[in-house]
Amino acid sequence: MALLEVDNLTMTFGSLVANRDVSFQVEAGTIVGLIGPNGAGKTTIFNCLAGMYKPTAGRIVFDGRDITRLPAWKVSRLGMARTFQVVRPLKEMTVLENILVGAYLRQADSDRAMEIALRCLKTCFLEGDKDRPAGDLTIGNKKRLEVARALATGPKLLLLDEAVAGLTSTEVRQMVGLIRGLRDEGITILMVEHIMEAIMPIADKIVVLDGGIKIAEDRPAAVVANETVIKAYFGEKFSQRLKTMKQAGAS
Amino acid sequence: MKTTRFQQRDLVWGALVVMLAALPLIPGVIGNSFRAHVMIMVLLYASMAQSWNIVSGYAGQTSFGHSVFFGIGAYGAGMAVVTYGLTPWPGFLAGALLAAVVAVLISWPCFRLSGHYFAIATFAIVEIFNRLFMVWDWVGGALGLDYPILPDGWVNFVWSQTKVGFYYGALALFVLIFGIVRWIETHRLGYYLRAVREGQETAESLGVNSTAVKLSAMAFSAFLAALCGGFFVQYNYRVDPPMVMSLEMSMKFVLITILGGLGNFWGPLLGAMILIPLQEYTRAYLTVLGSGVDLVIFGLIIVLMMVKQPRGIMGIVTDFRARRRRAGALPDAGA
Repeated sequence: MALLEVDNLTMTFGSLVANRDVSFQVEAGTIVGLIGPNGAGKTTIFNCLAGMYKPTAGRIVFDGRDITRLPAWKVSRLGMARTFQVVRPLKEMTVLENILVGAYLRQADSDRAMEIALRCLKTCFLEGDKDRPAGDLTIGNKKRLEVARALATGPKLLLLDEAVAGLTSTEVRQMVGLIRGLRDEGITILMVEHIMEAIMPIADKIVVLDGGIKIAEDRPAAVVANETVIKAYFGEKFSQRLKTMKQAGAS
Repeated sequence: MKTTRFQQRDLVWGALVVMLAALPLIPGVIGNSFRAHVMIMVLLYASMAQSWNIVSGYAGQTSFGHSVFFGIGAYGAGMAVVTYGLTPWPGFLAGALLAAVVAVLISWPCFRLSGHYFAIATFAIVEIFNRLFMVWDWVGGALGLDYPILPDGWVNFVWSQTKVGFYYGALALFVLIFGIVRWIETHRLGYYLRAVREGQETAESLGVNSTAVKLSAMAFSAFLAALCGGFFVQYNYRVDPPMVMSLEMSMKFVLITILGGLGNFWGPLLGAMILIPLQEYTRAYLTVLGSGVDLVIFGLIIVLMMVKQPRGIMGIVTDFRARRRRAGALPDAGA
């Protein structure tokens, strides 16, 4: 059975349909990418999964439990942690204290929670900034802090919402290495991403959304060749032109 | 590194308590003087402000309703002595427990309101309780409760000959409340309180049940504020609704902490050390200028503070420390 099963998820805000009948699965131990043009409904899905929105219809099963309408803190306790696309550091607390808040979820003892926090601090390359107020960090480090904090909650499934957007190319490579490392440690990862260099090499599966609807679900190599996906990203015209070019090349 | 910092701070704290405890041993310092009265008031108001600091400073839920919990504690002790002829001790405990229960019942619906609306709701609660106690005969109504003459000592928690007993009582309250807040600060609850203040949704994404955290902060806070109320009624030998359940009293919880430093361990003590002597001495010496002089000065200081340094005196202290650390760190970075 898959670690996460999303079943016909629909989320509407008044008359606006953000997601319609989206279904996909995330197998344990894999990295799944969720991509799509702006406004495709990726973050809305994340918010539904993490318990911040109550889906209008559909079902979410995580680790064999129906979590469809559970509040965010319960979802987190069950082992699903998330990062935020627009970073949300607890500004007046230090970097270490931010991570410590996450670490306390599995460990009420302060010394042992501190051990967990220090480990996550190291994993995410934040040792140099450990005593700085989180609000003072650079955007790159704030993104790392998001990951470190979520990691400290000891998740089975980690939801990364554009964890590499806004980073320099060196930082992107570092983060990709980090994500792969987490998967190797046994943490399943579902990530929303715009930067294809970051997601294509590491994802086992890509789910593509457009206009709130799932338009493709496949291996990365197959997704980039998928005509519907190309249309969604580059428009009808370009897709047609690409087809003619390909045919010309073939003949 | 973390542990050494905590030890250092706890050392300062321990030294302060020992010093305060030794003060009455020096003849002439405490006795029955006005100075003793001021010191007792400083300890009491610092404790009150610290209890408020738990929910409003650390957890960021501004409450203007703390005079209600303070009042419930005062009436707990008052009724134990006046109505039931007992010692105040069961009244302290009953008042504090009742205050915690009332706090939870009141805040449950109020915590659904966020930001300013929570603060506004707590305003209304003070008025409601004030009116209720004014007309409620069982608790003495508008006349309040007057203490009979009782023998001095810890059993009755009254001293009419000297203020040393009250001084040690206030010190015990101070040590208890500051000790509890110190404990909270270094444990999970303290981190959760601050996380909820800094970002409730973020905290929830990390598994923090923010409603439960805020309610427990409120319960702790009200319990301790009520103990202060119990002390207050013993010290004054009487209680009536305007003495304890008033907006003016609520504002003292708020202003002392804001002046000293909101959400900071030392803030309430610093605030009380400035505002309470000011209040007591202007009342004693400047009454020729009218009765509200202390409040005028009070207000001016707060306005000045809000403009110059909204984080209070502790904000000034941390800025100063940071500047010194930066000045000290520069040569290191060069080397």
